[in-house]
Amino acid sequence: MPLSRIASSSHASNLLKPLSAALSLCRSISSDSTSTLTIETSLPFTSHKCDAPPRAVDTSASELFSFFRDMATMRRMEISADSLYKAKLIRGFCHLYDGQEAVAVGMEAAITKKDAIITAYRDHCTFVGRGGTLLEVFGELMGRTCGGSKGKGGSMHLYRKQASFYGGHGIVGAQIPLGCGLAFAQRYSKEENVTFTLYGDGAANQGQLFEALNMAALWDLPAILVCENNHYGMGTAEWRASKSPAYYKRGDYVPGLKVDGMDVLAVKQACKFAKEHALKNGPFILEMDTYRYHGHSMSDPGSTYRTRDEISGVRQERDPIERVRKLLLAHDIASEKELKDLEKQVRKDVDDAIAKAKESPMPDPSELFTHVYVKGLGAESFGADRKEVRATLP
Amino acid sequence: MATLFHGVGAALTPFSASNKLLLPSPKSESRGAIFLHRSDARVNHAFNLKPATPNQDLFIPNAVATKRETSTKSGHELLLFEALREGLEEEMERDPRVCVMGEDVGHYGGSYKVTKGLAEKYGDLRVLDTPIAENSFTGMGIGAAMTGLRPIVEGMNMGFLLLAFNQISNNCGMLHYTSGGQFTIPIVIRGPGGVGRQLGAEHSQRLESYFQSIPGIQMVACSTPYNAKGLMKAAIRSENPVILFEHVLLYNLKERIPDEEYVLSLEEAEMVRPGEHVTILTYSRMRYHVMQAAKTLVNKGYDPEVIDIRSLKPFDLYTIGCSVKKTHRVLIVEECMRTGGIGASLTAAITENFHDYLDAPIVCLSSQDVPTPYAGTLEEWTVVQPAQIVTAVEQLCQ
Repeated sequence: MPLSRIASSSHASNLLKPLSAALSLCRSISSDSTSTLTIETSLPFTSHKCDAPPRAVDTSASELFSFFRDMATMRRMEISADSLYKAKLIRGFCHLYDGQEAVAVGMEAAITKKDAIITAYRDHCTFVGRGGTLLEVFGELMGRTCGGSKGKGGSMHLYRKQASFYGGHGIVGAQIPLGCGLAFAQRYSKEENVTFTLYGDGAANQGQLFEALNMAALWDLPAILVCENNHYGMGTAEWRASKSPAYYKRGDYVPGLKVDGMDVLAVKQACKFAKEHALKNGPFILEMDTYRYHGHSMSDPGSTYRTRDEISGVRQERDPIERVRKLLLAHDIASEKELKDLEKQVRKDVDDAIAKAKESPMPDPSELFTHVYVKGLGAESFGADRKEVRATLP
Repeated sequence: MATLFHGVGAALTPFSASNKLLLPSPKSESRGAIFLHRSDARVNHAFNLKPATPNQDLFIPNAVATKRETSTKSGHELLLFEALREGLEEEMERDPRVCVMGEDVGHYGGSYKVTKGLAEKYGDLRVLDTPIAENSFTGMGIGAAMTGLRPIVEGMNMGFLLLAFNQISNNCGMLHYTSGGQFTIPIVIRGPGGVGRQLGAEHSQRLESYFQSIPGIQMVACSTPYNAKGLMKAAIRSENPVILFEHVLLYNLKERIPDEEYVLSLEEAEMVRPGEHVTILTYSRMRYHVMQAAKTLVNKGYDPEVIDIRSLKPFDLYTIGCSVKKTHRVLIVEECMRTGGIGASLTAAITENFHDYLDAPIVCLSSQDVPTPYAGTLEEWTVVQPAQIVTAVEQLCQ
């Protein structure tokens, strides 16, 4: 029975649950917190040149709970980044991911930290999903030394090498060949890992995507190209930019799958399916049908090319966090009060991280010249005036 | 880290201390050394020093010193593209992470035969034939380098790498910086460029001037089989992204190189011919035009110091500076365009750093700011010819 029908009745269930410490993130629930729950995705998968995976997804209570917690953290983080930007603590470009959290969280659930992920500039939540801390995110957004790239990259350049997260790239589509290279390296070293290369519906019209697809298919590279289709490429709707908005079919000879990107369980299932496919048969395309509530970036109000009704409509009907909340309540995994307490805790964690990041210093001027070259090159680098700011590159 | 030793200063083998003069025509054999260089670049004085002005009666009728015996020397003779291949093969043997990717590098053996035989030896994945998609296979090389592989991306002609400019500039050059040092990109991007024999405008481009502003990359230009092999090995071993510029017309140069393994320094310039009157800075093919002009100049009584700068980014300001302090006059001869070329940057760098030592303004001879024409006579006039170099030195030394 589709879940949406159960959802509305779950709010009425008022079983008294023992008040476990809502502050601890590791919630001890009943003894069957890790037993398998099978939940159906709300929409079927649409496939291209392959068989669609089953709609029934295996999960567990603790996994669902972690989905909620992670997505709530990401949502809170992005909203706080919005306020920080308006307070002029974050400058330049800031592309927010709220609304799309299910893609990042669902993908993490299906893969390991050895599988590589590379994405474009809307990378804050993907970074957190790969294990990045809130402090590193806010530090980097505000340009402090505690940031993930020591303040030298900014919003669009978050990386986490130890978790195989390869960034964080500003030029639309340029990360796709890089992702192809990551898959090449995985095939070269014969590791049984895959690379998820994320791009948007705007980048789906880039030539380098098709070049990379061709090469990946030619050499059976374990590359999974994931189109996060939020239906707007900057300010242009997808139907105005793409002749064929069926991005999962764009691969032609490469099989593809269209997934409801607002349903974290569907994302998990699709990614798991894609990983198995890629390890055996080469590249795969996933199209995540998702939505962003904010505009393209902070300088875009997001309402000039779409109506506020549309945005609030999606928020009401398809919001990924609300879906998981309903699931948790329906399956008696948590009570409303516990979830609300968890959200309060998340809010506090985010605020603490922001406060700590604000205390972190700006990079020292000598940092201007570090990391231009790798250590060992005894070259000199000059500032613009060529006389004053001068350092020997380490 | 392998020991690096300067090509000129290597005292290991008897002939490695000499730099032969090779005539600009690519097919001729080398015809004897000009000078025997010592490690501190002092000339083996067989004749007196010449003064700055040509009016003295001391002038050398015979510009060539002792003839070298080629039969008793150790080492082996090969062509420049073979030297590149040797360097590449040795590095691939040494490190399994080294791989090559480019158009026609595998089964075809490379359009200039630099990768001939490697695909049979190392397999299709290590010597990868790519489709004609420079942007994405360069990006692929960079992505692979991020994980620790050491790819060598070959552009069939340097001009084609313009299509990959975004990847080279943004991802290759900047990733080490924007990731706060997390990723290194040990990639080598190489290919032939420069004006060839009537190849037309689009296939005669000099990209060193376009790439020189990109922060984070190193650029080197090879000019002899000896430095081609050494620079290739150094570039592969370097943790930084390196762009190795070769020249279409220099692939068939023949030279004897040592049997032992050697690696050159990526940031050092090469002293081709020490002198006293004027410093001539050059690189790649123009080195041979300069040496040809040097013969004429020596006959006229001048003593030019010729330095092959080799390292285009960063400049070896130490060697150049020592030379400027000695001669006080600088002539730059390059194949880049007049506007925004390597010579323009070098002029600025020397002026800023060594202004007090200059007796005359720096003269920079570069190619004309025109697309390279097809007609042979016109093509000759776009690049600097030895006669122009001689005239420039004469004017500079007045």
